[in-house]
Amino acid sequence: MFTIFRKELADHFSSTRFLILFCLITMVALVTTYMVGASLKQELEGIAKPKYVFLMLFTTSAQFFSLAQFIAFFGPLIGLVMGFDAVNRERNTGTLSKLVSQPIFRDAVINGKFLAGVATITTMLISMILMISGLGLLTVGVVPGLEELGRLFIYLVVSIAYVSFWLGLSILFSILFRSIATSALAAVALWIFFSFFIAFGANLLANTVAPVDNQQNLEQVMRHSKVAGGASLVSPVVLYSQATSTILDPFRKTTKDLVLMGQMEKLSMSRFQNPLPLDQSILVVVPYITSLLALTMICFGVSYLAFMRQEIRSA
Amino acid sequence: MAAVIKTEGLSKHYGSQKAVDNLTFEVNEGEIFGFLGPNGAGKTTSLLMLLGLTEPTGGKAQVLGFDPVREPLKVKKKVGYLPEHVGFYDDLTARENLQYVAGLNGLSPKEAATRVEAALIKVGLFEESNKLAGAYSRGMRQRLGIAELLVKEPKLVFLDEPTLGLDPDGINKMLELIVSLSKEQGISVLLSSHLLHQVQRICNRVGIMIQGRLVATGTIGDLAKQKLGDGRDQFTLEEIYMRYFQET
Repeated sequence: MFTIFRKELADHFSSTRFLILFCLITMVALVTTYMVGASLKQELEGIAKPKYVFLMLFTTSAQFFSLAQFIAFFGPLIGLVMGFDAVNRERNTGTLSKLVSQPIFRDAVINGKFLAGVATITTMLISMILMISGLGLLTVGVVPGLEELGRLFIYLVVSIAYVSFWLGLSILFSILFRSIATSALAAVALWIFFSFFIAFGANLLANTVAPVDNQQNLEQVMRHSKVAGGASLVSPVVLYSQATSTILDPFRKTTKDLVLMGQMEKLSMSRFQNPLPLDQSILVVVPYITSLLALTMICFGVSYLAFMRQEIRSA
Repeated sequence: MAAVIKTEGLSKHYGSQKAVDNLTFEVNEGEIFGFLGPNGAGKTTSLLMLLGLTEPTGGKAQVLGFDPVREPLKVKKKVGYLPEHVGFYDDLTARENLQYVAGLNGLSPKEAATRVEAALIKVGLFEESNKLAGAYSRGMRQRLGIAELLVKEPKLVFLDEPTLGLDPDGINKMLELIVSLSKEQGISVLLSSHLLHQVQRICNRVGIMIQGRLVATGTIGDLAKQKLGDGRDQFTLEEIYMRYFQET
């Protein structure tokens, strides 16, 4: 497995596709950081420094989106691009039948490819966050505290898990579909569905399961909101967005919508502008991380099942 | 002489179609055995089953004393397989391709380097070993495929249509190479082909496979006696083969 891992890793780092993707993402991230940094500096001029300025680099939106939103949206692309042809390309060029006729377990092929992808993703995300932080330091001029660093680290881990899920998914597609174009299309379709259409889908479901005929009826509104929220959690994009927003914004104490908060919760939100301690933030997001990991595991399980039973012929 | 391959009633069905039906044969140590048959006769499927790459529907097989279904890794460690369309990583050099395979076989880098070197020299590609595999011609790729098998130091090799698509010179080189594997290195060879006159030149024994069934095995002389029965000295495998083909 280590041999496969090493080769795949070398392939990733020397591929043009990796280079293009990395340049693109770095460019957007740096431009956004610069804009966010400049506007933050302007806003904060003359007022007492709020807590956690540094994290605001990631959560404040400049023009279009914040950095956290950007990664939530474009992160999947990294995973998809690295995995969509992992197995079917080898099948089409005939190297897969060579691989499986060597004395290695078949799952080593998948594992090696996945781990090499994860290593690439990790390198990419770490260097990106470091670059953003560096530029942020320069433009805003505020040094992050220890807790902020801790939060950034957790954010990094969650992001890696998130992108790895998409990698796992695209590897699964590359096993299921013989044609490279089909697996790429299927992966992109799922990505777009989970990013954009899940909200509509969740709403549609909520409308049928828990219709609201009177906006004044709080019970109905709450039920509707609960169903919609629960349904949209199927999407890893939503899972990731909610988890990271709580991690990066300590003032958010819950991932709930405003509608679902109790009176006291709302009151405490507005009255007590105290950040949640790091360990409590972690507690809030653990279920989300677990779900992300579970989704990745499911991809893997299906990949193994499909790949073990496939007959591999040359041509 | 011990048998390196031994099968009993090996079958593979895809739905109602019988790709391989009740295959029973033996290959002895050190011999070159040719699997003959038209396209789609089940030759490749048989090879895949012997290598543990596909599960038989019924029957038993023993390859080098191991059951390919139960212990595929032990079989793959000692058996080299050259598929019909051999694939290489086109963006790696020939040498890197072989080194990768050596790594997959668990060889240390040092051991891998010596074996890769020896294999490249043996197949006559040493001079061109630093070219990208993508730039290789069909004949060179095929020989590189043989080199890849040698890296493993196998006891037995399966060659699926090894001479298909080669020019006459390439065919000669390939056939010589196969004979030398068997003569010089004592490797047993099971090859499948539908190019009869080539098989005739190098095989000790042949098996004729038609529509999933092995209809005859033996030396070419034996088969000629059985089928042609006219005591000629000159006969071609083609004639024998066509007799069998007409009967089924």
